[in-house]
Order: sequence, then C-alpha cells, then structure tokens
Amino acid sequence: MDLRVCHLYPDLLNLYGDRGNVLVLERRCRDRGIDVSVTRARVGDALDARTQDLIFLGGGEDRQQGVAVVDLRRRAADLGAAAASGTVILAVCGSYQLLGHVYHPAEGPALEGVHLLDLETRHPGRGARRLIGNIAIECSLPGVGALVGFENHGGVTDLGAGATPLGRVRVGYGNNGEDKTEGAMQGTIFGTYLHGPLLPKNPSFADALIGLALRRRFGEVRLAPLDDDVESAARRAALARIGASYPTDRWRGRGAASS
Amino acid sequence: MSLRALVGITLGKLVGRLSRLLRAGGGTTMPGRVARAVDPAIIAHLAADLRLGSVLVSGTNGKTTTARLIASCCERGGWRVTHNRAGANLHAGVAAALVSRTSAIGRARGEIGVFEVDELALPRAARDLRPRLIVLTNLYRDQLDRYGEIDHIAARWHDALSALGPGTTVLFNADDPAVTAIVARLSLPAVPFGIEDDRCGRPSLEDAADARYCYRCGTPFTYRVVFLSHAGKYACPRCGTARPDPCVRADAITLRGTTGASASIAWDNGTHLTVDTALPGLYNVYNVLAAAAAAAHLGVSKETIRVTLSTFTPAFGRGERLTWNGVALQILLGKNPAGFNELLRTVASASPTALLIAINDLTADGTDVSWLWDVEFEMLRDLPSTVTVSGLRAHDMALRLKYAGLPTDRVRIIEDLPQALRVAAADAGTGGTLILLPTYTAMLQARDALRSMGVARGFWED
Repeated sequence: MDLRVCHLYPDLLNLYGDRGNVLVLERRCRDRGIDVSVTRARVGDALDARTQDLIFLGGGEDRQQGVAVVDLRRRAADLGAAAASGTVILAVCGSYQLLGHVYHPAEGPALEGVHLLDLETRHPGRGARRLIGNIAIECSLPGVGALVGFENHGGVTDLGAGATPLGRVRVGYGNNGEDKTEGAMQGTIFGTYLHGPLLPKNPSFADALIGLALRRRFGEVRLAPLDDDVESAARRAALARIGASYPTDRWRGRGAASS
Repeated sequence: MSLRALVGITLGKLVGRLSRLLRAGGGTTMPGRVARAVDPAIIAHLAADLRLGSVLVSGTNGKTTTARLIASCCERGGWRVTHNRAGANLHAGVAAALVSRTSAIGRARGEIGVFEVDELALPRAARDLRPRLIVLTNLYRDQLDRYGEIDHIAARWHDALSALGPGTTVLFNADDPAVTAIVARLSLPAVPFGIEDDRCGRPSLEDAADARYCYRCGTPFTYRVVFLSHAGKYACPRCGTARPDPCVRADAITLRGTTGASASIAWDNGTHLTVDTALPGLYNVYNVLAAAAAAAHLGVSKETIRVTLSTFTPAFGRGERLTWNGVALQILLGKNPAGFNELLRTVASASPTALLIAINDLTADGTDVSWLWDVEFEMLRDLPSTVTVSGLRAHDMALRLKYAGLPTDRVRIIEDLPQALRVAAADAGTGGTLILLPTYTAMLQARDALRSMGVARGFWED
C-alpha cells in the first residue's frame, strides 16, 4: 500500500512551519509500513492532480499568494475533478482563503478564488485587528476530538450552504471571530485557519486524512495504532497553556476566551 | 535645552537609580519611558548633542552583537560612546541610553551614539536620530505574530529610509536579497558588504520556504552559493538582477566550531585586515564584517578595528563561555529559523557532551512556536548526547525532535529551566561541555538562575 502526497507550492506557500504537516503524513504512514511518495509541485509544473491521494497547500505572504492563485486558477478544474474522485485536499491559512470564491482585500480589487470551497473572505479594513493567537476547536469529524493550533489572519471568512465548518471554536477566533465556526469541509476538501504545523499535535486528524486519502485506491483501511505519547503530551501542554482543560479528550466547563 | 527636556532627564535618571536600588531590573528602559512621557521629543533633543552623530543597527539577526562590536571599536578609537548595551532596542531603550549619558544639567557625555533598534522601531528611530550611518544586517522570517511578513517590514523600512537626506549612508548586507531590494530603490549613499568565500556556503537553499523572488521581475533567484538562510550569491535568471559586488568583503574564513572564527576582511581601496574572533559561527562572521565596515566608515583605524574585534568578549547568551562546577557552559540565543539553523550547524560541529534546548512562547519570544518546524533539527540526529528540552513549550520541542528522527529515549523533558540546567550539567560531567540553546525569555531565565548561583552577572552589569 502507498500514499501519494503532493505538496503544492512548497516554495510560495510555506510561511510558518507548514512543511511540518508533510513530515507528519510521511512519518505516520511509514511507521505503519505504508509507502509514501511526496511530489513537490511549483508554479507551472506539470501535475495531474487525479493521480494524487492527498494534496497539501500552506500559507503565504500576500505577494506569494497573489502569484500562487494565478497558477491555482489554471489547475482549478483538475483539482475539482481529483476531489470528486476522492483525492483529499488540505489547505491551511492563506490557501484556505484561495480555495473559496473570492477574497476582498482591505484596498484594491477583489481577488477571485478557485471556487472549490463554498466560502468568501473579506478583510475588514486597514485599521481592523488581526485575529492572532492560540486556538482550540472541537472538530466535527467523528472520532477526531479537539484540534489545537495557532491562527494569524487578517481576513474573515463566511461559509456558504455548500460547506460545513471543520469545527467549533472553544478558544480563539476561527473563521470570523463571531459565529464560532472554524475552517470548512466540502466532500474531501478541508480548509482551516490553524496554520503551520497543524498535524503534529493533532495526530487523530492526521490519521483521519490519511484514512480518507487511502480509501480512494484501497477502500476502507484500518490504520494500526501508533505510540503517540509525545504527541499526547504536547497536545495536553498546549491546551493547558491556552486555558482549555483537557483531561480525556473531552472539554470541561470553560467556554471561548475571546472573540 | 528646554525645561521640559531637563525635567524628563532628571526624572528618568531618578527612576533608573531607584530601579537599580530596588533590584527591580536593569533600568535599561524605565528611565527612557519616563523621559519620553515628559518630553516626547527627548530622543531628537539629546541625539542632536552627539558631536559625531549616531549609528543605527537593525535587522532580524545580529543586531546586539554588531552594535556592541561597533561601539567597542569607537571606544577603543578614543570616542565616548552612548550605546543601548543591554539590548533594550525599542524607543524607550534608546531614550534610556541617551538619558543615562546626559549630565544633570543636560550636557551630553557621549560623542557618538551607537544604537541597535528593533525592525519595527527603525522608522521612528531613523526620523528622530537622523543617523549618519544605518547598518542593515539581514531580514529573515521571524515571529510573524509580532512582526508580520518580511515584505511588510521591507515596505516600512523603504518608506522610512526614503525620507532621509544624503547625510545618511546605508551599509547593507549585499548577500541578502530582501535587504538589497530595499536599498536598490533608495537614492541614499549605500555601501554593500558580503561574504566572498564560497567554501563556507552550500549549493542550494536549505528550505524552499526561504526562496526569494527577484524584486525587479518576480522570477525566483538562482544561487551560485548559499551562505545562510536566503543570503548568498544570487542572480535572477530572467532579468539579470544580481547581488551587488560588495565594497567590503570577508574571505579566507575559518570556522572553529563554538570556539570562534577567523576571516580576512578587505576593502575596495586595497586595505585589508585579518580578524580572529571568539564569536562562533558564520552568522558571527557577518556581524564582525558589518562592524568592521561600519567602524572603518566612521573613521576608526584598521589596526584599532582589528584589535577590538579580535579581543571582543561575547555578550551573555551570544556565545559567552562560563564555567560551572567544572562544566564549560555556553549559551547561544536562538530566535528564529535562520538563526537557529546556524546555531545547530555550529553545535553539530562542536559535539558537546550535553545539549539543552529551552523554548518559551512569551511575547518577546513570539507567542507562535510554529517556527520550530522550519528549523532543521534533523542536524542533531547524529549528535551522541542526550538532548534535554525545557521551557513553556518543552513538549512542542520534544515533538519536533521526534519527527526530526531523534529516538524518544534520547530526549528528556524537564519543563523547569533551573532544574533542567542542573540535570543537563550533570549529564555533561566534570570537564564536559554543555550548550544551552534558549529563546529570548528562556535566556533571561537561565541568566537569573545562574546569577543566583553566582555563575553569571546581572544584565545591567554587562
């Protein structure tokens, strides 16, 4: 069995530790005897998205995102067809916004996205605060539990009827700092503001994505459990640090601290 | 001197004395805060009295060491220097340094100012100080939660420097395309410095994330050699934009692990000098090079520069060596991926008997520890010693090391830093070497712990 992973725009959209996600996907497959190939595709590179099991996109600076989106529009139909055939797409932070319909910046013309996720993002204006800080959400995917990470975005995102939230905000801002939604899911496409190394401290989410990605070619696969002591300890420490108690993968009391 | 400025100076000095007396801290910023509250223009007032003007040093990495080196050269050259030594590099720190070097009747005791300033503080500091020289060391990815993106800082710098007149010279790192892009669009006199010795470099970028794009046409730069992060000898394959030829160059470089380095520094006019420094790593060769170029520009003699740079003692956390119960302890501050990668390269070549990494996520460290995943901790895989991790984000560090390929039984987690120091020192054993790699606030904590054991000095004594 093998997993074909594509890291799309590793040079442009890799703002802050995004490659940690690819490291985790590789390691968690190899530790189970599943082979992994990682293709790094840049702007202009030939890529048949339908041959890939899992495509990852990270975050970038404004200028880099502007370059990436032009290439991304060219690939939109291919990516859409791949997702329809079961390819998992994971987009964090900047690329999450690009997968939507449109991004309205603080100034200047709207930036058209690739319409793979039913959502819109707008920047509330130059003076508006950025949504920055540690974040914890309760993931909507069955069996995944809490996701913990860090968010740092100026844009606020509203989901349309076609997308469901990836989770509900416990601590932090999420999509817009108002409706407690965080991220989006639409078929096998996932987007989230939990940026950078999202998967290392959220191994259950990593495994859910790996399982879903393998299903395309190998059907239902039972993933052997791994020794996640270090991951669990890092999760617990991070959740304790951001003020969400976390004894047994269940939330107690405490609501959102901000937004 | 206005009455308002005098009151500000007097109150500032009083607060400084009090905070020292009460051991509330070094008094490196409070006097400045108070003086600025009384007279918001205090920096401009006091800087105008510096007979030989002032020098600003800014950039992601190397500010503190470079500024210290320049100040030391000036001092040895016979000038009285006003300098924010303790690394207090925001406006209050600059103001505090000026206040503490002004007499009670408002007379400047310093002749020349040498100030390191935070990247985001540079625009305002440049406006207030009207420096004769600005040294730009580098621009790497750093604490995005605080600084925003590189392009954002670059835009702020460009706007600030565009407003200066030709009385300011910009001394800049030609090897860094992000810095060069800013200077290329300025009309100020500019002096590029850079490393020539290709043997110190690598053939390609470490991590794709550091790629830079041509500031003229947007094509990715190609590198003949990469020295550090995205610094190297770059050129645009499309439009031909390339690294400017440096006017001050470091060549014939020898790196001696954590014990120091030597280099030959040459100027366009044919003069050169050989420096042997206790400062370790290629990143410090950049600092030494920038300082030599700056001091020479200010008129310090080459011989004075050579002696100063060769006898300079590193500051706490910047390579200073301490002895503690028979263990040689070296503390190397790491703040961002570019800096950390260079530290790891230096550490891996030195093979210490014990290694301690302390990661905090307080405001001064950056509250987002995502950057740990941009650091090539894989370099530690072949280190024979156990790695102890500590700090508020010890567990994040342990997780990163797991995915870097270190067996979990070689990584020990001790969140309490003083305790971790003791255990790691015991690991090193008498006659051994312990290297501590802390983030900024972890470095201050380590210093406090070591000071209470009588091993290190307080930062105000530095």
